[in-house]
Amino acid sequence: MSETMTGAEMVIRALQDQGVEHIFGYPGGAVLPIYDALFHQDKVRHVLVRHEQGAVHAAEGYARSSGKPGVVLVTSGPGATNAVTGLADAMMDSIPLVCITGQVPTHLIGSDAFQECDTVGITRHCTKHNYLVKSIEDLPRVLHEAFYVAMNGRPGPVVIDLPKDIQFKAGTYVRPANNQHKTYHPTVKGDAERIRAAIDLIANAKRPVFYTGGGVVNSGPHAAALLREFVHLTGFPITSTLMGLGAYPASDPQFLGMVGMHGTYESNLAMHECDVMINIGARFDDRITGRLDAFSPYSKRIHVDIDPSSINKNVKVDIPIVGDCAHVLEDMLRLWRQKAPQVDKIALKEWWDKIEGWRARKCLAYRNSTETIKPQYAIERLYELTKGRETYVTTEVGQHQMWAAQYFKFEEPNRWMTSGGHGTMGYGLPAAVGAQLAHPDALVIDIAGEASIQMMLQEMSTALQYDLPIKVFILNNEYMGMVRQWQELLHGGRYSHSYSESLPDFVKLAEAYGGVGIRCEKPADLDEAILKMINTNRPVIFDCIVDKTENCFPMIPSGKAHNEMLLNDYLGEAGTDIGSVIDEKGKMLV
Amino acid sequence: MSQMSTHYPGATRVEPVNRHTLAIIVDNEPGVLARIAGMFSGRGYNIESLTVTETEHEAHISRITIVTTGTDSIIEQIKSQLSRLVPVHRVVDLTMTGDAVERELCLVKVVGKGDHRVEAMRLASAFGARTMDATLTSFIYELTGTTEEVERFIKLMTAVGLVEVSRTGVAAMARGPGSM
Repeated sequence: MSETMTGAEMVIRALQDQGVEHIFGYPGGAVLPIYDALFHQDKVRHVLVRHEQGAVHAAEGYARSSGKPGVVLVTSGPGATNAVTGLADAMMDSIPLVCITGQVPTHLIGSDAFQECDTVGITRHCTKHNYLVKSIEDLPRVLHEAFYVAMNGRPGPVVIDLPKDIQFKAGTYVRPANNQHKTYHPTVKGDAERIRAAIDLIANAKRPVFYTGGGVVNSGPHAAALLREFVHLTGFPITSTLMGLGAYPASDPQFLGMVGMHGTYESNLAMHECDVMINIGARFDDRITGRLDAFSPYSKRIHVDIDPSSINKNVKVDIPIVGDCAHVLEDMLRLWRQKAPQVDKIALKEWWDKIEGWRARKCLAYRNSTETIKPQYAIERLYELTKGRETYVTTEVGQHQMWAAQYFKFEEPNRWMTSGGHGTMGYGLPAAVGAQLAHPDALVIDIAGEASIQMMLQEMSTALQYDLPIKVFILNNEYMGMVRQWQELLHGGRYSHSYSESLPDFVKLAEAYGGVGIRCEKPADLDEAILKMINTNRPVIFDCIVDKTENCFPMIPSGKAHNEMLLNDYLGEAGTDIGSVIDEKGKMLV
Repeated sequence: MSQMSTHYPGATRVEPVNRHTLAIIVDNEPGVLARIAGMFSGRGYNIESLTVTETEHEAHISRITIVTTGTDSIIEQIKSQLSRLVPVHRVVDLTMTGDAVERELCLVKVVGKGDHRVEAMRLASAFGARTMDATLTSFIYELTGTTEEVERFIKLMTAVGLVEVSRTGVAAMARGPGSM
């Protein structure tokens, strides 16, 4: 089936053929033909954002909450460069996106034309792949290939840079019969021999731990279901990275909580003292490992990852398995059932006893107050009061993000969206817009800080325009809290430019946008205020005034190992200078 | 447990650095070289030499030969980072697959008179270099050989009036009947 149409029409047709229902974009000179083609149809719904970075984050929120690719449409020059932060974010967190950027006409490329920039050059390092389409004959193939590349293997963002003259040019549109790519064929099935070796290692483990990450979520709900089954069958403890939260239910007794810099005591010590580490879809990020030469010194490691370059990058492993988490887990489960191995029950009992000892430290305990709202308490109440609902949580970046990860319990995958790798302040509000669009009836909350929220605040207007009743829950401590915490710990309490001066009145601001503003300052009023927020079927900004100097614990200080973490009661020890526990080398790290 | 908690492995071992020659087969699409070179610069790896030309015109396939240095784990990273680039068909480590033929071509210009000029001619003939250009005061020689031969030739020529060098970098191929 071939049809003659313009390049702009091909773009829309290809989106329709890919089953795309929503795209996020902002018009401009170099994409006007595509906007014209959008005008003539109603299958693909366009969401007008207020800034191109917001478009990309919204597409990320849409993709992560739905499992479908996110699609972005922006113009050339500033449109493309504004999108770069979002693309880098999607690259680091492996989020499938297709971003179409306008470009000046082909004969003007290289002439420093108005709103020209070298988009493929600029985005080469922050996309999985990118294309500059210089001929109409290539366009149908490139459009479909972009979706294939974005979705297959380790997912990521793909940019299609489309000059304006190609958008006008007529050509033949053919939907490729199959998506067989010429060169890109990622391995999804794990090597059988290695899976067998992994099962042997797992079966004989005495102090095992599952360490799972965003790869399980990206692999789809089936992978999460298989993970649950396998973990239950083995009876082993499991921890998760920030990116992997929800793949395994947080309420399950085998779940130890998050691992890493602000992970739980029991998770980090289990990682440190385990003899077999089963890494499924995590990448030994530096926020997880801490000091590399002291990372998990007694363990044999299995690493399942779809990206071969993640294997042996930061940490050497004993059994690498390249493949998709769901495929590998399925094979592992089948083999486990076939072999029905006898696990060392006595050793496991000892291991669990030890873990329960660490758990008993209650590392997430904090001193509550009746005077000021403790940020941890605010998240706990938010979690308790939204428990029974279909809730999606996004965050910005900083202390509030870590508290959300620690105190909000996720039971399902795809419910938790946070900027993990890139650490992009401003991610949460547009991501909430995207998630709400994908799940119109769900409760979508952006847990935010008063500093982060101001980075993408303009997207409130988008939420209002499309009747997306997102809830922005600001933990307002009047500081860039994580910066302030590091300045306290590492820079002698010199709070250089980390105080949020001249804050807007968030309640009035919400009202100015046409939304609802709620402020809460007293712990006693918190429940009622949160309930009011939940029951408001409009966009809400909730200004939760919290303790200004609360620090986020537990914390593995920079340059330290998992068993050198600081707990909440550390500050309670009289006369201890917390900065002194971090050596000079550690101060160099971030 | 307390003994376990206080035990640390030694500091990260210092691994030896080796030279590897990689053959990379890629789709000859715009920007492919920038992608490969950018991967090296972006991740802080070395490129000692790089050659690239389309080798199969109908299929638009190019062969890139890169000589790089790094520890074993860095070389492993380089190969997997290269393999995951979308237009890359395959990556072969010719240093790992065994003895490979590695050749490069250089052009050297020497300028001089009298004894220097005579000595330059003698050296060129001893190395089997070809004379590509001659004037009353200069020569351009072409030498094809291993990197070591080329290095030796250039070093000697420096003493007899070398003013300019142009080198292609290594082109390489595994020995024996097998093909990539």
